[in-house]
Amino acid sequence: MTALFAAAFAALALTSMSTASAVHADEVGTDEYDYIFSGNVKNDNVPLEDVKITVEGGGYTAEVVTDAEGQWKIGVPEKATYTVTLDESTLPAGVIVAEEGPEKEVEFGLTKNKSVNFFLGEGVRVTVSFADQLVERIVNGLNFGLMLALAAIGVSLVFGTTGLSNFAHSELVTFGALMALIFSGTAFLGWPIYVAIPIAVVLSGGLGYVLDLGLWRPLRKKGVGLVQLMIVSIGLSLALRYIYSFFFGGGTYQLPGSGGDNIELFGSVKLSVIDLVSMGISIVVLAAVAFWLLRTRIGKATRAISDNASLAAASGIDVDRVIRIVWILGSALAGLSGILWAYFRPGIKWDMGTGILLLIFAAVTLGGLGTAFGALVGSIIIGLLVEVSTLWIPSDLKYVGALVVLILVLLVRPQGILGRKERIG
Amino acid sequence: MDWGQILSNTVVWLISPESIAYGLAALGLAVHFGYTGLLNFGQAGFMAIGAYSYAISILSFGLPWWVGILIGIVASTVFAFILGIPTLRLRADYLAIVTIAAAEIVRLLFTTQVFDEFTNSADGLGNYHQGFRDANPIPEGTYGFGPFTFNENGWWVRIFGIALLVIAALIVWLIMRSPWGRVLKGIREDEDAVRALGKNVFSYKMQSLVIGGAFGALGGVVLALPSAVVPSVYVTSLTFFLYTILLLGGAATVFGPIVGSIVFWVIMAFLSNVLPALVNVGALPFMNTIQASTLRFILVGAALMLIVIFRPQGIFGNKKELTFVK
Repeated sequence: MTALFAAAFAALALTSMSTASAVHADEVGTDEYDYIFSGNVKNDNVPLEDVKITVEGGGYTAEVVTDAEGQWKIGVPEKATYTVTLDESTLPAGVIVAEEGPEKEVEFGLTKNKSVNFFLGEGVRVTVSFADQLVERIVNGLNFGLMLALAAIGVSLVFGTTGLSNFAHSELVTFGALMALIFSGTAFLGWPIYVAIPIAVVLSGGLGYVLDLGLWRPLRKKGVGLVQLMIVSIGLSLALRYIYSFFFGGGTYQLPGSGGDNIELFGSVKLSVIDLVSMGISIVVLAAVAFWLLRTRIGKATRAISDNASLAAASGIDVDRVIRIVWILGSALAGLSGILWAYFRPGIKWDMGTGILLLIFAAVTLGGLGTAFGALVGSIIIGLLVEVSTLWIPSDLKYVGALVVLILVLLVRPQGILGRKERIG
Repeated sequence: MDWGQILSNTVVWLISPESIAYGLAALGLAVHFGYTGLLNFGQAGFMAIGAYSYAISILSFGLPWWVGILIGIVASTVFAFILGIPTLRLRADYLAIVTIAAAEIVRLLFTTQVFDEFTNSADGLGNYHQGFRDANPIPEGTYGFGPFTFNENGWWVRIFGIALLVIAALIVWLIMRSPWGRVLKGIREDEDAVRALGKNVFSYKMQSLVIGGAFGALGGVVLALPSAVVPSVYVTSLTFFLYTILLLGGAATVFGPIVGSIVFWVIMAFLSNVLPALVNVGALPFMNTIQASTLRFILVGAALMLIVIFRPQGIFGNKKELTFVK
């Protein structure tokens, strides 16, 4: 049943949009009646033609056959519960309805349209072996985890040096993606992506600098409490998010080259060039950050401040300067992570960052709050968990696993994997 | 610009179901955060549980509407225990992250296809109004004056909501001036000192979480009463709006959250009417009407920052009541 989730994707729920589209689904009764069921029958993303769908209920019966695009629509007289049946004998050989069976009880939600989807699969024959799927999920999970790590290091370093749980970090992630979009998007400046990414990363770092200079440093000087700072970061997150919405609207944008062709690597593992490049970039950048933390003066100073800020200040470290650098570095990394995530999702939206904010927190907490390497370890575990868990749980619940882990870690080992116990107050 | 229209569209929000519901939920947060110092960032989860318990009890199990409300309170109590038993010993910012994560889990569970039979997944639930409307003592018809003209159902929802809000405010006022309430405030100021007096801090925190959570669930019910339950409402932003309301009015006060909610919604309604109108007459040449209505959410974020920095005690709060400890 895990085989080939040829998920049938929701046909658009809004009639206005579906009638506007060039593809006309085979339609029955859509002119007479206001309430409409619709769907899109696909197997492994290939639309299936001539599949029979029956709607029955309240003494009304209608039949429809899918068109060349695999789409169908049936109008029904009233807002009630109907039984929608997919005739399995009209499917190609070897394909069956994998989940919940070919019969569905469906009723309308708050609108007059309801999309009905059947999950198709390859009969009993499993074409992709479980091991191959596992490997593919693991590779995806690593990719996602590395991406999370880029964002998480900023959260972790800022927490380590200032004690602030920065809820606005997700907006820094979105900022990087939006800046890359402005410079490389076809509807915007349209520069090559390899030029746009460095500019976006530099601008993200700049935003971090401006925020520290204009907001966080004055508040630190004022002696504002940590809980207050945390709520300020929430306010900042709301304001920034809606500023993005103000300028970019509610739509989804794509960076150039996203959704490229997949290359078969080994077994059934397929990755796009962009996935490979993105993983490469993540690994190189993370290695550079690790070198910086372990070998350079500023890096060592950062760790010293995370350990004990007053002691570090007493031994001559310019704490304010280090915090400023941490903000710049953390924001730049968050921006880069946003660009890579825009390719991974794929798509850029004004509120994309909030989607992973809690995963970032989960990663940071799991690894150990305030430790940069903990953030890396935690991120990779969370990335793997989110992707691999989809083998067993429905994909719309995949973030739940990570959030449950977040809660469990705080209960069992609040200092995280790499954290030390005395840091927890 | 039609100022009369804008004004009447705005004053309606003085007694809108949303203002009442948010006021109830913010009152719950006042118990958690204002009085006990618990940084609960999962109030949206309590509201979702209240709203869904109400709707599912009626739709899936055919129970009377008032039993639905009671089930909402019971469910929120259970949620408070599940949340509180492990986490109330954690530091404030850890509690914040756990509660925000728990609320997201609740929302995702209500959104997923897995429980579609009960929750109708992302489409949400509707059409559970019959029982509540049958209990309406007001005869059919339209009542009121000027902008406050509603039909019998509109008035019934508002009167019922206001009654709940008044009872809740009365409860908070009474318990906070009792010895029990003084212990809560003591926990907020110095947990260790209260523990040294021999009080069971954990138990007090748990009671506070349960009471505030029940108000949150009631807020969810009131939000569900006039229209529908849609999972995308109960996102973390909802909790953040509640914090804005709470801090606007004053965290450790009884009237703060209620007045805060009314002020919040009236200002939001005013801006949502006046900003697009200003665009239409050309007074804001650099934006369109959609951007104009987004602008008010930017202002909410900015307002939250400014309040926390410059007037952390809110409109009604007393500076001596330190609501932000440590």
